[in-house]
Amino acid sequence: MSLIRQHLIDPEICIRCNTCEETCPVDAITHNDDNYVVDVSKCQFCLDCIAPCPTGAIDNWRVVSKGYTLEEQFSWDELPEQEELEDQEIAGEAGEGADDDVMAMLKLAHQGEGGKAKAPASAATPSVNLYNASRPAIARVMGNFRITAQDAENDIRHIVLDFGSTAFPVLEGQSIGILPPGKDEHGKPHRMRLYSISSARDGERPNHNNLALTVKREEKGVASNYICDLKKGDEVKVAGPYGATFLMPNDPKANVIMICTGTGSAPFRAFTERRRRSMPGARGKLMIFFGARTPEELPYFGPLKKVPKSVLDQELVFSRLPDVPKEYVQDRMRKRGDDLAPLLQDGNTHIFVCGLKGMEAGVTEALADICRQHALVWKDIHGAMLESGRFHVETY
Amino acid sequence: MNIHVNYDDLIPNNVDLSNDPKLKRALEKWHPGYINWWKDMGPEGFQTADVYLRTAVSVDPKGWAKFGYVKMPEYRWGILLAPQVEDRTVPFGEHKGELAWQDVPGEYRAMLRRLIVIQGDTEPASVEQQRYLGKTAPSLYDMRNLFQVNVEEGRHLWAMVYLLQRYFGRDGREEAEGLLARRSGDADNPRMLGAFNEKTPDWLSFFMFTFFTDRDGKMQLESLAQSGFDPLSRTTRFMLTEEAHHMFVGESGIARTIERTCEVMKANGIDDPHDKERIRALGVIDLPTIQKKLNLHYSLSLDLFGSEVSTNAANAFNAGLKGRYQETKIEDDHMLRDVTYPVLELKDGKFVTVDEPALAALNGRLRDDYSADCQKGVTRWNKVIEKAGVNFELKLSHPAFHRYIGGFTNVYASPTGELMDKAAWEKRKGEWLPNTDDMDFIYHLMQPEYGIGKYANWISPPKVGIDNKPGDFEYVKLA
Repeated sequence: MSLIRQHLIDPEICIRCNTCEETCPVDAITHNDDNYVVDVSKCQFCLDCIAPCPTGAIDNWRVVSKGYTLEEQFSWDELPEQEELEDQEIAGEAGEGADDDVMAMLKLAHQGEGGKAKAPASAATPSVNLYNASRPAIARVMGNFRITAQDAENDIRHIVLDFGSTAFPVLEGQSIGILPPGKDEHGKPHRMRLYSISSARDGERPNHNNLALTVKREEKGVASNYICDLKKGDEVKVAGPYGATFLMPNDPKANVIMICTGTGSAPFRAFTERRRRSMPGARGKLMIFFGARTPEELPYFGPLKKVPKSVLDQELVFSRLPDVPKEYVQDRMRKRGDDLAPLLQDGNTHIFVCGLKGMEAGVTEALADICRQHALVWKDIHGAMLESGRFHVETY
Repeated sequence: MNIHVNYDDLIPNNVDLSNDPKLKRALEKWHPGYINWWKDMGPEGFQTADVYLRTAVSVDPKGWAKFGYVKMPEYRWGILLAPQVEDRTVPFGEHKGELAWQDVPGEYRAMLRRLIVIQGDTEPASVEQQRYLGKTAPSLYDMRNLFQVNVEEGRHLWAMVYLLQRYFGRDGREEAEGLLARRSGDADNPRMLGAFNEKTPDWLSFFMFTFFTDRDGKMQLESLAQSGFDPLSRTTRFMLTEEAHHMFVGESGIARTIERTCEVMKANGIDDPHDKERIRALGVIDLPTIQKKLNLHYSLSLDLFGSEVSTNAANAFNAGLKGRYQETKIEDDHMLRDVTYPVLELKDGKFVTVDEPALAALNGRLRDDYSADCQKGVTRWNKVIEKAGVNFELKLSHPAFHRYIGGFTNVYASPTGELMDKAAWEKRKGEWLPNTDDMDFIYHLMQPEYGIGKYANWISPPKVGIDNKPGDFEYVKLA
């Protein structure tokens, strides 16, 4: 069964102002005397109609096996509930991005969730797939800084890209595609690579049309070497944004547990910055388990140490400290088991895991152990968290 | 086409202001006067609060609703025109089919200026009318919506002033000063249109005003958006996107008030919507009082359309300056030669529809389109009442009820269109329009609720937050 993500307008909230119909570039929106509706066969998910809607009625989505017809939508007094679907796995990803390649990459990255991907209920609606390889956005490099110590083995860089007058709306947790110039040995353009945004939605510098990436130089990586060598002022071709599920919950009550290694910290830098800027007094707890080999190799180690515990409860974990036994994020999670257990039982808690594929198993085991020790069942908690869009994995 | 807004200039704009030094100087000269006006006549007591407002960063769909905390006097009021449509032609009137004008056609200069000044005058007027409402806001959410409406009305003033200064020389500059000098309700120097000199003393009035009176604004803007004078068309097209938010504030504000009243009635076992004493004692507004407020604001707003049969309207149409509501979607010759339009008139003591020349009846037609638009909102309010299981129906009053402009001036009719003499009407008007007792009740009900995520007892919370914010979002950080 193939599923589609259908765009719908909430007739209880809509004021029939015609703004969306006016805005839609493909005339997918129409109306009768009762309702404004979206033609499922025409809508291309450009999301142009979302921001201009004065009510929020426009921002409704259902995953369906068969799209609601215009006639059905005209007859509604209220929106139908999301129908129960068997093949939910596809459902969550349906909004990720239209490009097959990108879909495949994201699907692989989210495999570790162990179920369908679903955005947090309070996440804002992301814009996706505004630009692609054939129609990229052009960004300009505003800065490129090494954020690991000069003598550290890993070269990890903080890159700031500015989009000038090009609209490139992003949310924390989304990725962008970088298109390295040139061709491979078969004469094909180099493949696009996805990188998580490490700045908040309102820009690396607040209210500037820019964003930051955290990129590690890989020995033979075409894209990573291209990015790490960029100079201030260089132009870069960018696709995306991508990702519609691994997103920052907007609810200030949300507890966010972030587990990462290396550059997997990128989205969490964005999450933390978002919380700090927009809801400094939020009741929800921010907690990070952040692993690296040494402090010198932990991206943003210096700035991180300055973030107060009241904003971010930090556990920085190192696996290659001299004269100290190796420690990994899962070990530290176990040590904090008594703090994690109550959070796991709280319906406001979200878990995000980001980093190398190898960390997934260890993290899952640690969560299961903590549950056992506190007379909880991880399988049930995991299921409930997945169901409500509170468990997210992005690994590579 | 420049859709990105230049925020580096003092005056954010997408009209390449930096390459027009003369205009830039003129606007920068006007700017301090505007800020002074805002500080004197803008929202009283909240100028230092951080308000979660939207600002346009470009006029394309992706960029025009950026949200963030702003102190109102620091809001970036700018000049924003919708993208230019290439090879756009005059869509109606005697010049139909000619290339749209990028400059003012000399022969229509005075007419055009007057259209712009009248539109411009309503914008600051409503800010003045609403300036004390923050003090009785039923929630931070509603307060934020009020201020958003206010700053956008301010921006709409900028939009009109830009046209005046850019295209009308010295006359335009003088008119721009005049827009800052008149004051709503001032005995000596009032605003130009009647409804904009009325008080907006409470939140129910504010919601009614944004639903009914701002909707007149929407209809006028829709007609001006058709204009053959392209800069006016582009300016008003962008204003319409903002105006939609004002419609939303009004429609949802009334809907939430009704919803709360019905909810409280049901919870307390009150079935009779006319059981005023008991309903009011529970701290909510009874539906018959809401009907009276509706009658008042609807009838005042109908007056804004001018005489149903009008040579001015015909001239503006012929000249290609002001079209009909959604002109380009109407299927006819767009010239209105030898066609008629049915207008409701009073003849020999009876209401009859008379076929008037369609050109002359343009105001009547726009008013009918307006009434149809209003009716849709009223129908949705009635759905709220029906859903709650209360037996009551809100109705638009008869077009002849309580009118001071147009064919029904000096006609004494009830809200259902029953004719009577003046004395009988005066005697019964307290049944149809808010009386002192009603106004007192509403006035005393309006106590501020500034708690985060809290709402005054008389109104329900909204179904969704602004910018998808959660229920306990702090929309206004009070200083």
